[in-house]
Amino acid sequence: MAVAKPVEQLDSVVIRFAGDSGDGMQLTGGRFTSETALSGNDLATFPDFPAEIRAPAGSLPGVSGFQLHFADHDILTPGDRPDVLVAMNPAALKTNLRDLANGGTLIVDTDAFTDRNLKKAGYESNPLEDGSLGDYQLHAVPLTSMTVGALKEIEGVTAREAERAKNMFALGLMSWLYGRPVESTTTFIETKFAKRPEIAAANLKAFNTGYHFGETSEAFAVQYEVKPAKLTPGRYRQITGNTALSYGLLAASKLSGLDLFLGAYPITPASSILEELAKHKAFGVRTFQAEDEIAAAGAALGASFGGALGVTTSAGPGIVLKAETIGLGVALELPLVVVDVQRAGPSTGMPTKPEQGDLLMVLFGRNSESPVPVLAAGTPGDCFYAAIEAARVALTYRTPVYLLSDAYLANGTEPWLIPSIDELEPIPVEFARADGGEFLPYKRDPDTLARPWAIPGTPGLEHRIGGLEKANETGNVSYDPENHDLMTQLRAQKVAGIRVGDQPVDHQEGADVLVLSWGGTFGPVHAGVRRVRAGGGKVAHAHLRWLNPFPANLGDVLRSYERILIPEMNLGQLLQLVRARYLVDAVGYNRVTGKPFKAGDVADAVEALL
Amino acid sequence: MTEVKLTIKDFKSDQEVRWCPGCGDYAILAAVQGFMPELGLEREKIVFISGIGCAARFPYYMQTYGMHSIHGRAPAIATGLAVSRPDLSVWVVSGDGDALSIGGNHLIHALRRNVNLKILMFNNRIYGLTKGQYSPTSGQGKVTGSTPMGSVDFPFNPLALALGAGATFVARALDVDKPGLTSVLRRAATHNGAAFVEIFQNCNIYNDGEFDYIREDKDARTYLEHGREFGSTGITHDESDFATAFALAQLSWEADGVLPLGVFRDVERDSYDELVRAQLEHAQAKRDGDLQALVGSGDTWTIA
Repeated sequence: MAVAKPVEQLDSVVIRFAGDSGDGMQLTGGRFTSETALSGNDLATFPDFPAEIRAPAGSLPGVSGFQLHFADHDILTPGDRPDVLVAMNPAALKTNLRDLANGGTLIVDTDAFTDRNLKKAGYESNPLEDGSLGDYQLHAVPLTSMTVGALKEIEGVTAREAERAKNMFALGLMSWLYGRPVESTTTFIETKFAKRPEIAAANLKAFNTGYHFGETSEAFAVQYEVKPAKLTPGRYRQITGNTALSYGLLAASKLSGLDLFLGAYPITPASSILEELAKHKAFGVRTFQAEDEIAAAGAALGASFGGALGVTTSAGPGIVLKAETIGLGVALELPLVVVDVQRAGPSTGMPTKPEQGDLLMVLFGRNSESPVPVLAAGTPGDCFYAAIEAARVALTYRTPVYLLSDAYLANGTEPWLIPSIDELEPIPVEFARADGGEFLPYKRDPDTLARPWAIPGTPGLEHRIGGLEKANETGNVSYDPENHDLMTQLRAQKVAGIRVGDQPVDHQEGADVLVLSWGGTFGPVHAGVRRVRAGGGKVAHAHLRWLNPFPANLGDVLRSYERILIPEMNLGQLLQLVRARYLVDAVGYNRVTGKPFKAGDVADAVEALL
Repeated sequence: MTEVKLTIKDFKSDQEVRWCPGCGDYAILAAVQGFMPELGLEREKIVFISGIGCAARFPYYMQTYGMHSIHGRAPAIATGLAVSRPDLSVWVVSGDGDALSIGGNHLIHALRRNVNLKILMFNNRIYGLTKGQYSPTSGQGKVTGSTPMGSVDFPFNPLALALGAGATFVARALDVDKPGLTSVLRRAATHNGAAFVEIFQNCNIYNDGEFDYIREDKDARTYLEHGREFGSTGITHDESDFATAFALAQLSWEADGVLPLGVFRDVERDSYDELVRAQLEHAQAKRDGDLQALVGSGDTWTIA
């Protein structure tokens, strides 16, 4: 019988699981996250994987990682550096060790440290034996052989299949170490492998063996506990940005009473929105996997013409191809939601890595004067609300709208307070009806400057629209110079006049430095701000949702601070806009590493301005 | 349902037609407007979508719903409309540059999917609106503004391309041949799924006389008839047989002295929009979407 080990309290832990892309690290991390969510901790995750599906086994580029930060208080980021690193092979150790905090816990699978694997990872000697890991609390565990040994008695499981279950052993061990509830993983394994009971049995056995190993092995002297966090009361689930965004689009469809039409072409990291929505035909969603990015946007615009909520989703390399269609949408003045899940570029860049490099492209990447509203989601769960807001503006003002997300929000998870759908504000949509008078397709609503949405099938409103310049009100083709000037002004005024609400500021008494951020950096930037404040620094923080138009009070906000820092995962795109528009001497903090900001780095940048 | 009785006048818009005098497009417009009442649909149920080029101005002149979109993209835009609005009759008007060059990808995919679209491709074998450059259907050696020494491009055979793309309906007609064109339009309109109609059209400014051998000589117009030998070629026409249609599509006036007009292929296959709709109905028959249940799905926990 195992004697209960002492339990040590921690307020927060950052764990990173790292292994071969075929080792199931994303699954392992995901399960540990679910167990952690059920423990009531606040959490944030950062799955970090290569674009290659299966890079050569044991190689450095093939390493896949999953980082999870959980705490007994409200947290904002997946953590700057792990306290605990689980390395399933030498390559995983080599690529991740530099991030592990000094004195951090290191758990490695000794069985994977063969001469061959060491060589592939570029090690000249075995780090487990040469003393180079002296700064860490090393737990060298023969994960693979213990797993294989435990599964011997299960019939119908091959040696290879037994070996593959080692990630469940690791999960079991970590689950014990942090006192996680195991029931949900047991259910998960049983469901996932329902069709192959012997594989379910093998994975369960591996999971339980890992758990019991922690309990009984002398290698682990203490167990840790992280108490539940005090979050806003309510029912929670965990959610990724792309799932939240998909649900937001479904909600917008329900709130507006319009059928959702998604045109999309597979592209990392946006594809999972297409896959998620394809599952929900019961909601009347039509998902169209087009022949290319252009057709995806075109079909969505065609559906909008017919009265649907047209949406197209992509990432930067696909968005550039859609530019022509977005321009047509600007001229036609039809609703269209365009989602750009940003990734590192230029060109193909680093498909699985986040960046904020597309801001200027979505604002200006079209021919001529072609204004398009742009908003950006701030956290994975916020993607839900940002999608509804994008649709609301597109439908109310009859315009394409860009919604920016990024690879970090897309795949990262956080606890999400489940919204009450009935409490969401409806999106009123009224199609034009014939009233006996002459129909004027470009006669604008005096309040919103939106033109009527007269959909095919409406008797008496037959009309033609197109990309050629149109005469004001009648919509007939026009080359009249004054008319073109007027129409250009009207299109600009319509977008400039979109009501986006005032910019809230998280002000701190006495602060004369403002940090202005936007999009997916909210977590690390605000965590950095908190760190500065914890150290006695005074700093204010404003996080922009709307990039076009800017909130009406933004100029006043900016001018009420002496110094402004704009952290961005690009070379200073918002910075340029703000300096040009408001003539303020803002400075940037700009890093494009393909990884989310570290709160510590943001804090350092703020400190430098204090 | 009451029968809809409209006339050609009901389909003429108030916009002044602005093609060059003598352009073959006028004859096609008149034939299409003349045919429209046969659809038996109210005008609001009909939509014409075009891309860019001379032919693409077509929707402005039709008193229906219409969109003059962007170069080559009309089949994609029309696909979105047709899939979400099965109650509409959606027509695409395109040219040889629009459909086969910049929009080639959208065309072949609309055809292979069998989207319920009637695609009329006006083929004048030249870029007219940009003032006379060679097109993907211009013959090798064609001297144009951009090919002063003659084109070295090998041309597309539009019908063979459509057949190769898996089109379920493929036909050819001639701008000034109103009866022939009308009968092809009639067949295309009743076809379930994508119908591809190539219409030879004379550009009297930049490529005049391209089709004079049949435009000027009515007796030279030879029509395909299902089950009958075509001309004296020894080929018995079978609209359901791919190889026959493909062989007939290879015939040219220049090489063979005879050119088939009419329907090359007409076969039944479920249309894309029907299949999409069937999946939606199937999913909705099982259960209606419950958004509250969906957002609260998976592992959940409560914080008091």
